[in-house]
Amino acid sequence: MNHPTYLLDRIENKDSHTLAAYREAGGYSALEKVLKSMSPADVIDEIKASGLRGRGGAGFPTGLKWSFMPDPEKDTRPRHLAVNADESEPGTCKDRVLMREDPHGLVEGTLIACYAMRCQAAYIYVRGEYRLPYQRVQAAIDEAREAGLVGENIAGSGFSCEIYMHKGAGAYICGEETGLMESLEGKRGHPRPKPPFPAGFGLWGRPTTVNNVETIFNAPFIIDRGADWFRTMGSEKSPGNFLCGISGQVERPGVYELPLGMPAREILEKVAGGVWKQRKLKAWIPGGSSTGFQRPETIDTPMDHDSLKAMGSMFGTGAMIILDETASIVRSARVLLDFYEHESCGQCSQCREGTQWLAQIFRRIEIGEGRMEDIQLLEDLANGMAPGKTICALSDAAAIPTHSVVRNFRDELEEYVREGGHPDYRQGRVLEETTS
Amino acid sequence: MALPEKLTLEFDELCTHYPERRAALIPALHRCQEELGGWLSPETLEDVAAYFDMEPVEVYAVASFYPMFFLRPVGRHVVSVCRNISCNLRGADDIIACASKATGAKVGGSSEDGRFYLEAVECQGGCTNAPMMVVDGKYHEDLTAEKVEKILGELS
Ligand SMILES: Cc1cc2nc3c(=O)[nH]c(=O)nc-3n(C[C@H](O)[C@H](O)[C@H](O)COP(=O)(O)O)c2cc1C
Repeated sequence: MNHPTYLLDRIENKDSHTLAAYREAGGYSALEKVLKSMSPADVIDEIKASGLRGRGGAGFPTGLKWSFMPDPEKDTRPRHLAVNADESEPGTCKDRVLMREDPHGLVEGTLIACYAMRCQAAYIYVRGEYRLPYQRVQAAIDEAREAGLVGENIAGSGFSCEIYMHKGAGAYICGEETGLMESLEGKRGHPRPKPPFPAGFGLWGRPTTVNNVETIFNAPFIIDRGADWFRTMGSEKSPGNFLCGISGQVERPGVYELPLGMPAREILEKVAGGVWKQRKLKAWIPGGSSTGFQRPETIDTPMDHDSLKAMGSMFGTGAMIILDETASIVRSARVLLDFYEHESCGQCSQCREGTQWLAQIFRRIEIGEGRMEDIQLLEDLANGMAPGKTICALSDAAAIPTHSVVRNFRDELEEYVREGGHPDYRQGRVLEETTS
Repeated sequence: MALPEKLTLEFDELCTHYPERRAALIPALHRCQEELGGWLSPETLEDVAAYFDMEPVEVYAVASFYPMFFLRPVGRHVVSVCRNISCNLRGADDIIACASKATGAKVGGSSEDGRFYLEAVECQGGCTNAPMMVVDGKYHEDLTAEKVEKILGELS
């Protein structure tokens, strides 16, 4: 398990969140290099060559995304970067670590991205609950401004860039990039139909790029050490390391820095100490709640975008969730569908109604009131919700785990219908209401 | 009524961050909730609307979209226990029941003495230290029933 690391190297340093510690560790040398010796196009080319893919969920190539911003000679509108720090996909808590422990890394990455795309101002949209990470990044921006690294004429280079923090208020949908933009404009977080795409019509109708925190955090390393270095880690089509948050019924849950392409089994068994209490694996979710419940036989799949796609799932946010042999798939699915129902913004009827129905059906199967026809009904409803039938992918994110339960764990659904629900209900134990 | 000057001065500065003032609305609502009694009263919403030159109903439409904003009074201490999958797999149901007992509040309600408001919320990003809860904005992780009782018992 000896692989090169970089993302989390600095967080062991004393006061890692301060400018002094960041400088001591070589921080802001990538920004210096960019300002002294690279054109914006050079930066984009280097990021393209690195093969970096977005860490926010979709795995879109970052350099390519940056190149979609219009030519500033032809399009003189002000332009923006929005850093997506909404982090609300269940199972995911990696951006929080970066912001809390190494906020200057995010600030430096933001400045480099803004230089490459010639953005005058960046907004870091942080979920409202992340109070300490918010304070840390704000303090880092203040320190950097004080040192002449944020604001007008950065380090005497002529390049000017503002970074503003923006606090969300607890809605998952505001992590969807167009929902985020609406929310940042002071509205309900209702995703926008695409096209137009953010690069042409984003925040306040201006060219905008939205990137995840971890994506942006990778940029200074790539600039500093080069695309070739970056490609020595990870897999060919998904280079670099990623932050793997592994949670659920596992011995050593945690946020680990691992090369993309590491087999999920190795992560579970060697990195995280295996399924807890010496139990067997019943199911795993590869990359956050939207990537579905997978069979234990698939645990040898490499954790990278293409391998997981080929297996019928997705890399998502790289957040593995582990379920042991005693876990209830039906209950976990109900918990997730309650979540999607709660978080649906309500614009599209398929999603608004569909998530409600799915949650209801899973609940009645859980409490022993399910019918055999319900299993087909789950499939039919999920088919009506996705793929690509709604304004945004929240509907897909609810349909995918639903399909996965029907396809991969039909035996448990049938058993619950036959036997009277979750074992708790078979014994007549009534559970406290846990939703509000 | 009008917003205290302390807040409007802050909002004036916030508005300079954006090309359109309205973008400061959600951060401003946060500050109002923090400073003006822990919730957004109809009067506060009206004052905020006046500040931003908006209709009160528009401000209400925004505030009501976001789970972190309270549109009715809540107990002094806000206890938000995670109910989502990573926490659920490590005993969140028991933690919620324990928090309810320790606070005397039902999920989604306040205790009679006004000390606590208890909610079971969606993922708060503490998944690798589950089960977890947030109390008055502070994260408490790797919870056990004993820890919950201790943390909540210390609040007045
Ligand atoms: C319902 C929904 C929620 C999302 N939540 C987040 C989030 O919390 N953080 C994030 O970075 N991306 C989230 N995304 C993905 C964003 O839309 C977008 O793809 C991403 O921020 C792009 O950044 P990247 O290219 O760096 O990955 C979400 C997408 C959907 C459909």
